[in-house]
Order: sequence, then structure tokens, then C-alpha cells
Amino acid sequence: MTADEIRREVSAWLDANWRVDRPLIEWREILLEGGWAAPHWPEEWYGRGFTLDQTMVVAEVFREKDVVPAAQVGPRGLASETILACGSDDQKRRFLRPILTGEHTWCQLFSEPGSGSDLAGLSTRAELKDGNWIVNGQKVWNTSAHHADFGLLVARTDWDVPKHQGISYFLLDMRQPGVEARPLRQMNGHQSFNEVFMTNAVVAPEDLIGGEGNGWHVAKTTLSFERRGFSRRVRGSSLDGPKQGPIYAEYEEELRIATEPYTWYPQREGRVDLVLPRARETGAINDPATRQEIAKLICLYTGARLASDSAEARRKAGTTEIIPAGSIGKLAASVIARQASHVHTMISGADAMLSGPDSAADGIIAEVLVSVPAISIAGGTDEIQRNIISERVLGMPKGFRADQGPFRDIKRNA
Amino acid sequence: MRTEFSKEQQLLRDIVSRALREKSPATAVRELMASDRGYDLAVWQELCGDVGLTGVHVPEAHGGAGGGAVELGIVAEEMGRTLFCGPWFASAVMAGTALLEATSDEVRGELLPRIADGSTIGTLVLDDLNGPGGVGGSIRAAGDGKLSGTAAMAVDAHVADLLLVAARDDAGLGLHAVEGGAPGLVVEPLQVVDPTRKLSRVVFADVPARRVGDVTAGALDRIWDRICSAFAHEMIGGAQHLFETTVNYTKERFQFGRPIGSFQALKHRCADLLLELEIARALTHHSARCLDAGEGEPYVASMAKAAAADAYMSAARAGIQLRGGIGFTWENDTHLWFKRAKGSEVLFGTPAIHRERMMTMLEGAA
Ligand SMILES: Cc1cc2nc3c(=O)[nH]c(=O)nc-3n(C[C@H](O)[C@H](O)[C@H](O)COP(=O)(O)OP(=O)(O)OC[C@H]3O[C@@H](n4cnc5c(N)ncnc54)[C@H](O)[C@@H]3O)c2cc1C
Ligand SMILES: Cc1cc2nc3c(=O)[nH]c(=O)nc-3n(C[C@H](O)[C@H](O)[C@H](O)COP(=O)(O)OP(=O)(O)OC[C@H]3O[C@@H](n4cnc5c(N)ncnc54)[C@H](O)[C@@H]3O)c2cc1C
Repeated sequence: MTADEIRREVSAWLDANWRVDRPLIEWREILLEGGWAAPHWPEEWYGRGFTLDQTMVVAEVFREKDVVPAAQVGPRGLASETILACGSDDQKRRFLRPILTGEHTWCQLFSEPGSGSDLAGLSTRAELKDGNWIVNGQKVWNTSAHHADFGLLVARTDWDVPKHQGISYFLLDMRQPGVEARPLRQMNGHQSFNEVFMTNAVVAPEDLIGGEGNGWHVAKTTLSFERRGFSRRVRGSSLDGPKQGPIYAEYEEELRIATEPYTWYPQREGRVDLVLPRARETGAINDPATRQEIAKLICLYTGARLASDSAEARRKAGTTEIIPAGSIGKLAASVIARQASHVHTMISGADAMLSGPDSAADGIIAEVLVSVPAISIAGGTDEIQRNIISERVLGMPKGFRADQGPFRDIKRNA
Repeated sequence: MRTEFSKEQQLLRDIVSRALREKSPATAVRELMASDRGYDLAVWQELCGDVGLTGVHVPEAHGGAGGGAVELGIVAEEMGRTLFCGPWFASAVMAGTALLEATSDEVRGELLPRIADGSTIGTLVLDDLNGPGGVGGSIRAAGDGKLSGTAAMAVDAHVADLLLVAARDDAGLGLHAVEGGAPGLVVEPLQVVDPTRKLSRVVFADVPARRVGDVTAGALDRIWDRICSAFAHEMIGGAQHLFETTVNYTKERFQFGRPIGSFQALKHRCADLLLELEIARALTHHSARCLDAGEGEPYVASMAKAAAADAYMSAARAGIQLRGGIGFTWENDTHLWFKRAKGSEVLFGTPAIHRERMMTMLEGAA
């Protein structure tokens, strides 16, 4: 379908179906049945098999008409993409629909106190007892877990095989007595992530995804979605300005809760957009040393964007070269954020000591300075990206490994 | 504006790459850098005549292939990769661009075909090689058109048949054509860090010249941008060569019972280098596309020059360091690229000068 055809069809459908006085969930049910909730999904599962470009056209029409879209903020995208790629038909039937309607929110239960970068070294335990999986262990740094209904959980089901082979992947019901999420306060004062304790938590056998022992493969699917979307901003598709109608109130409330953990995410990227305005406002734009650093930032930022466009074009043209756009893009995002933070510091001078309402841009700059350290950790650290780039792209030899053989015998954190 | 090379441009790269790999191996580079002349006439004639490398950016009407900054960049990149020794950059890029940007169609019709087919070796003589702002202070044209003054450094002037000199007269800054060997012209070869690029001091004492065009501030900026964009390509080619050979070396060299490329200190340095190189390459290719399309940020060429120079030096430092002792020897070829990188870092403006030029274009002078 061409953009015009899509535009016509979705407009006609919205004119016939969209009303501001419907309850939110009811509206999304209708949206789903109409096939406009997730047009990039396959036709069997609520979608139309659209390309990304075609999907953008649909989103544009929604925005123009102030129409509330399917739920999309937060880690639920990781859940739906993982379930679409690796789930059974039964799982797709049960889980995809409430993700789109917004009835279920999700979180990612991967990292543990004892294993972060080394995700495959995890030691949360899942055992089959009387037909159910019983889970014991602790996860940490789990964004949005404090208000999530379900979790993407990786746990060890076999301790006698090499570490990657003994992992299984579960869809965990968070609303049960055996699961407790405790919010953690971050160095920037926000409380986005949590520690999650599982004590005899129960997972029904039909909520194991991808088969027993196949969890590492499923987890890699999740991680590749995560990395790819990393530089894309996690932002609610908030409709501009206040809108009249009951459905908008429900939608804004949903967004408020869902986007709350992410309000500081633009700051962790360094707020490059504020650099020139701040430099002009303070007069730092006339300082030769600051000008040098601003120019370096512009080169990095512009060059990284161009390099990622060019990788995308090569990928579309069907290149055979290995382009780990995710890893290079993620490393570039860290370098840019650090340089931006450095430049903001130079621009602010002594004012960089202040925070909150006493500081520049109503605290945004202060928040940049204490949020940027997250970007080189979350979603796989810079060091891990460098390992991936050097080994997979440059073909440099793997180093010495101390984690071969049965997982039971590998040295790990107490 | 496209973000990729066309089929024709890919083909051009393949042809140039093959020709240069054959004609400009490191053994040839070493021989030529030790010679006074600095280039091989037979190779020059073949590359200009048969392969057409001096005319890729010259309009077809003037005997060229009708390409633009992108095609020029492709050739420059491959030249930089093999460290080609010869007056291509001086003649095709510097003199060619000056003629294209600052002279009339008539002058171009007369002089460009000879540049395009390589029968004339040209160069552009500027009395300041740091930035366009300083050009025109030291060489003057008298009422009779004769030039006097000194250019402290000029590229490949020792072999130039045609020197295009930016000199000031009462009408302002102009482009003046001087024949190689003209009376009063003294070309003194200089000792240089990078012997693959020959520099001379050029002294004018009442040298007969012909004024062939006006060099307005706008024209000088355009010339500077096109030279810097092509130059950035040359640097990217060199940096890529260093990067590839260095990564390969770390896979073959064993210490402590394992390839040194398995040590993370080296792996991470290489990963960072790849990122720096990818960014510089993207900016460089972008600069040429923008110059051809007349689009984009006004400072694209300065972004490219600054980023490419920094990336080239990073690759050069790593190229020596990751080879250990052997990298510091004369016998090993790495230092040839290191010295080219060092020379390129400062010719036509250091990275800092270009960053300041960017900011001036963006926000005005400090
Ligand atoms: C803001 C934020 C949000 C997050 N959200 C989530 C979430 O929703 N769900 C979730 O599961 N996790 C989440 N994480 C966790 C994140 O994925 C981990 O913090 C990260 O993978 C690093 O693991 P770690 O903290 O255990 O550090 P470690 O793995 O202990 O690393 C410590 C240091 O050692 C380095 N290191 C480790 N291994 C190597 C190696 N092989 N080579 C070189 N250096 C190495 C690391 O780079 C790092 O510098 C989040 C983290 C942050 C900061
Ligand atoms: C100017 C000069 C003077 C010298 N004088 C003397 C002298 O008088 N007497 C003498 O005996 N020697 C001398 N040397 C030799 C010098 O000690 C060696 O060059 C040096 O120890 C490096 O060894 P290599 O050259 O074999 O490089 P390699 O050991 O092959 O190293 C190549 C690269 O791999 C890196 N690398 C190697 N192992 C590791 C590792 N485990 N972890 C991380 N990176 C690693 C190195 O840092 C280097 O970057 C001299 C060298 C120079 C340059």
C-alpha cells in the first residue's frame, strides 16, 4: 500500500469508529479488531505486516486526529516483540492483546546482584514441582517493576550443563505473594528501577517460553530489540495540549504512570539540544575553549547520526558486511552524552554546583550532569559493547575464559 | 540527498583502488620519497591518461569526466590509502579547484584540459596554509602584473609547470598564473617530516604573471572547503589502511602464549578507534555530497577536516603503539603513514582552527 492509500483507509476507519466518550480499554479493543493497533505486526496477530515507514504513516494520522493509540510506553514492547518472535500460539493469544489494550504492563527481570554483564551467569533458580515452575532468587535494576503486571524472567533450570544451556525464559505473573518489588533510589534521585525478590513464586508450565533450556536464545532476542531501540527515545506519545473527552483523562493517567520512570532519560543522553541555547544565554559562546568543545560535540553528534543512516542504507541494500549498528550506536550515544555533559559543565561554570529550581533550566542541566553515567551502563555497558565490536566486527580473538564446563563448577559471587 | 555511493561511483573506486595497489606499493613509496622529484613520470602518465585521475571532477567540456566532490573524494581516499606519491593533490585538487572556482569559462577552457589529462602539472600557491583568512598578506602583484613576495610553503611547486598564485593587487586578491621556470621565480625544496609530500619555499622577485581571475572572499572559502573535503578523504583512506593493518597485526603477533589481539586493552582501543573512524568517515563523505548538492551545514568541510585529522592521528598512534618495538623502526612501513598523518593534521588548518571556523560560521566570531 502506498502512503496515500494507507492514509485514506485509516482516516475512513477512524472517522467511523473513533469516539472520545468510550472507556479507554473498550476503544483499544475496537482498535485491535480493526487491525490498526499494531500495523507492523503480522496479520495473524492484530497487524497488517506493515513496514516501519508504513506504520509511521498510520501514527501520523492518529496524531493529526488526536486519536489515542494502542498502549506502547515502557518495557511492554520488549515483551510483545519477544512473544511474537518466540512464543507459542497460546501465549500470543493470551498475552499480546492485553499488552496492546494497556491492561498489562511489563518489566524485564534479567540482571541479578551476582550477574549483570554476564547475564548468562545468572543463578535465580526455577524448579519443576507438582507440574508448576517454582522460582527462587533475586533480580535487580528492573525498571518499572514496581508497577508491572508481568515480568520477562530468565532463570536457571539446569546446573549441570554449560551456563548458556541451563537457562529457561518465563512469563512471570508479578501480582502474586511470592514476588516483591522494592524501589531503589538512583544517584539522580529518581526511583525508576527496583530489586525484585522471588520466594517460591509460581509459574504455570504454559508460561515457559521457547522451551526448557532454550532461554539464552530467547533472551538474545529480547536484548537485540533493546539495543536496537536504545538511541530511540522512550517517550509517551502524549497528545499535544489538553483535550476534551473522558478517554483523554484515562489516557493521560496511564501515560503519567508509565512514563514516570523515564522522565530523566533525555537527560542521560546529555541534552545536546540545550547546548547552544545555554552557551548563548551565558555568554560562554564567546569563550574559545568552550567553542572548541562545542564544535567537537557537534562533530560527534552529526557524524554518529550520519554513520547510523549510512549503516541503515547499507543494511537495506542487503550488504554482507557485519554491521553491529546496535553496539556502535550505543557506544556512540555514550561518547556523545559524556561530551555533552562536559560542555554543559564548562558553560555553567560554578553554577553547575546548583540543582533543582536554583539551577539552570529549572534543574534540567543539573539532572544531565548526574544522569549521564547511566547511559554507559544500562542495556549493556560500554565495555561489553567494545567486546562485541572487537570480537564480532573486527574478528579479534576471544580472550581467556574461566566459565566453561558445568555451571555448578564455575566461580561466582557469593 | 543520497547517503550511499552510486554504482558508477563504486566502480570508480574499484578501478582507482586496483590501479593504485598495483602502481603505488610501499616499495615504490619508499623509493619516491627518497627522490628529489617525488614521483614516477610513467606512472603519472598512466594514471592521468589511461585512468583519468586528474580529471574526475573537471567538466566534460573541459576534457574531464564531469564528476564532483564525491568523485574527487573517492580518488583522494584511495590515494591516501596507498600513500600515493605524486602531484595529484596539488594539480587536480588544488589547482583544478582554484580554476573551477575563481576563473572565467574562457580561462578554464584554456587551462583545465591540460590539468585534466595530466600534461600540465599545476599547483596552487597560498602564502598562508592555515586558513583562508590569512591568505594574501605576503605576495603582491605590481601594476605590470609582476609578482613579488614569498610563500613559505607550497605543495609540489618543485615540479609544477603552472603555479596559480593568490596575490593581492589594487583590485584585491587575484589568481595569477605563473609558468614553472619563469624568470625571478625561485623554488627552494624544504626538509619535511613527511617526505611523501614535497614542500618548497617559493620566492617571487618580479616574476611575470597573468591575472586569470578574482579571488573573492566567497571564492576563497569555496576553494578552501573543496580542498579540505578532498583532503579529509585522503586522510580517511590512510586511517583506514592503518586501522586494518594494525588490527590484523594483533591477530598474528603472539605474546604470553596468545595473540596480542586477545588482550582487552588492545581490543577496546581498536573498538574505540573504529567508532572514531566511522564518525569521521561519515562526516567526510557527507561533506562531499553537500558540496555537490549545494545543501547541508555551511561548515561541512571543516567538520570533515577536523574529524578526519583527529581520527588519522589516533589510528597512527595506535598503529605504532600496537606494534611495539617494530613499529618504531624505519624498516616497518607504519611510520610512513604516521608522518603523513602528522603532516595532514596541520596542512590547511589544524583541527582546532577548523573547529573555530565551524563556530564562526554557526555563531559568528567570538
Ligand atoms: C538506569 C538503568 C536501568 C536498568 N534497567 C534494567 C532493567 O529494566 N532490567 C534489567 O534486567 N536490568 C536493568 N539494568 C541493569 C543493567 O543491564 C546492568 O547494570 C548492566 O548490564 C551491568 O551489569 P552490572 O550492573 O551487574 O555490572 P557488572 O557486570 O558487575 O559490571 C561492573 C563493571 O565491570 C565491567 N565488566 C563486566 N564484564 C566485563 C567484561 N567481560 N569485559 C570488560 N569489562 C567488564 C562492566 O563494564 C562494568 O564497568 C539497568 C541499569 C541501569 C543503570
Ligand atoms: C626506543 C626503544 C629502545 C629500546 N631499547 C631496548 C634495549 O636497550 N634493550 C632491550 O632489550 N629492549 C629495548 N627495547 C625493546 C622494548 O623493551 C620492547 O619493544 C617492548 O618491551 C615491547 O615489546 P615488543 O616490541 O616485542 O612488542 P609486543 O610485546 O609484541 O607488544 C605489541 C603490543 O601488544 C601489547 N601487549 C603485549 N602484551 C600485552 C598484554 N599482556 N596486555 C596488553 N597488551 C599487551 C603491547 O603493549 C604493544 O602495544 C627498546 C624499544 C624501543 C622502542
